Amino acid sequence: MDNRYVHLEQVGMAFDTKKGRFVALQNVNLDIAQGEFISLIGHSGCGKSTVLNVIAGLLTPTSGVALAAGREIDGPGPERAVVFQNHSLLPWLSCFGNVYLAVERVFGKKENKAQLKARTHAALEMVKMTHATDKLPNEISGGMKQRIGIARALAMEPKVLLMDEPFGALDALTRAHLQDELMRIVQATGSTVVMVTHDVDEAVLLSDRIVMMTNGPAATVGEILTVNLARPRDRLALANDAEYHHYRSAVLEFLYHKELRPAA
Amino acid sequence: MTQSATVTVDAKASAHSAAAPAAAKPAAAPAARPAAEASPGIDWRELIGQRIIPPILGFALFIAVWAAVAQVTKGIPGPSSTFVAAVKLFSDPFYIAGPNDVGIGWKILNSLSRVGLGFGLAALVGIPAGFLLGRFMFLNRMLSPVIGLLRPVSPLAWLPIGLLVFKAAQPAAIWVIFISSIWPIILNTAAGVSTVPQDYLNVARVLKLSEWKVFTTILFPSVLPHLMTGIRLSIGVAWLVIVAAEMLTGGVGLGFWVWDEWNNLNVEHIIVAIFVVGLIGLALEQGLMMLARRFQYN
Ligand SMILES: Nc1ncnc2c1ncn2[C@@H]1O[C@H](COP(=O)(O)OP(=O)(O)OP(=O)(O)O)[C@@H](O)[C@H]1O
Ligand SMILES: [Mg+2]
Repeated sequence: MDNRYVHLEQVGMAFDTKKGRFVALQNVNLDIAQGEFISLIGHSGCGKSTVLNVIAGLLTPTSGVALAAGREIDGPGPERAVVFQNHSLLPWLSCFGNVYLAVERVFGKKENKAQLKARTHAALEMVKMTHATDKLPNEISGGMKQRIGIARALAMEPKVLLMDEPFGALDALTRAHLQDELMRIVQATGSTVVMVTHDVDEAVLLSDRIVMMTNGPAATVGEILTVNLARPRDRLALANDAEYHHYRSAVLEFLYHKELRPAA
Repeated sequence: MTQSATVTVDAKASAHSAAAPAAAKPAAAPAARPAAEASPGIDWRELIGQRIIPPILGFALFIAVWAAVAQVTKGIPGPSSTFVAAVKLFSDPFYIAGPNDVGIGWKILNSLSRVGLGFGLAALVGIPAGFLLGRFMFLNRMLSPVIGLLRPVSPLAWLPIGLLVFKAAQPAAIWVIFISSIWPIILNTAAGVSTVPQDYLNVARVLKLSEWKVFTTILFPSVLPHLMTGIRLSIGVAWLVIVAAEMLTGGVGLGFWVWDEWNNLNVEHIIVAIFVVGLIGLALEQGLMMLARRFQYN
């Protein structure tokens, strides 16, 4: 196991805006081990998506070093799949077509069409979206779009799975189902996961470590909480678990006491 | 900040397209109504009173004004004599009695084929050019000023250049159509390419799609609605220009026919020609609008 599979060192990110330079991130240091599940939590606008995009390679940090698998991150790639905050499905492709595009890109060289189709169907099955196979994205609800986005990323069997509030737009039941599925898949594949979330329960339930970010501008890693709950985790059993509640209040303490919600 | 010239033009184009569907609504609405027939609340009075009566009243008013003008102006034929002339013209639209004496159907087809050819060439050059301009900022900065300079030039000003280069009237007319219809295609395509949502491009980047795959699965479908707007504006311009160009270049076609009938002082036929030009322009516009609606994703 590589304890520094993803390695961020003194990462800073500044955006050039109309009002001048805006420093979003400063001195972000974070090491993520292979197979680890990390949650990024923090108030809205603090820079969680920015950290995720730096790891994805969609943004190049303006200072510091970002490494993945020992190499400098220079651009995105299918081994680091992204579930986008706004799902980002292509509106002219069916749900099947959206997932197939990714599957074909990753496995197209090694597998035949039937196998690629089977993979796509399996991914849709996993997020319980087989009924929408031939529908266009604008014919399904926001939560359903998000599920297709998750299916697309999971179907790529990435080394690192980057998820930006993947379950935010879902109802509680679907969210619970997908969280359980995700835990099962990650357990089976040993993927490294970085997930942005606003949901404290979700963070504690899923994560090995919870990275809590300070408020921006110039946001950085505030605290890191290691969640030592045995896996597989069962949400019902944990509901009455003292340790679970201890972790939960630690995160809440950080968010609502140490880092007061910004006025906006 | 990236390409102000292109962006402003696109704003104009979308203002066009925003106004156009609104204008198309009354035509589309009656077709949509019968679908709702099952619901008990359908208000036939509203349908007839608001959707059918107004256009009929409009045309009635138009014909009344026309008849009144014809009454008081010597030489302007009234609606009824024009109608008789039209019926006669359309009773045998495809006769051929000589090189320049053919039925109205041939005239229409000739004009349409000139527009088709000129526009087709414009699309052939303009669409790839638009993609290049939208994709490569350097090219855009390089060519935007030149396009900005050439675009406002009246299409007919290009006719002498065409005559000089091609040494014949027919290709010169097609050249005029080409040059006047190429700008909307280039500018709308370029604007479409440069406004492809970053989200879609991010998907392409994460998947590391090949440049060709990016073009076919992301760029092209996402630009298509803009491209359709460009095509619509462009054919509209081409149809506007063809009548004037044919007046100057001669040959079989609606424009030269108008000129010819003016020389014969056959004003009924001129008015018929005006209606024909208008109706075909309307049909082109509506047809392209219907086509464009099929490529609208949101
Ligand atoms: N491309 C950009 N240009 C300028 N400023 C940006 C850009 N992207 C992000 N920012 C700014 O950086 C800060 C962090 O943004 P980011 O999207 O990472 O926040 P976030 O924590 O993901 O918020 P949320 O929880 O609402 O999604 C914000 O203040 C945002 O306005
Ligand atoms: Mg975000």
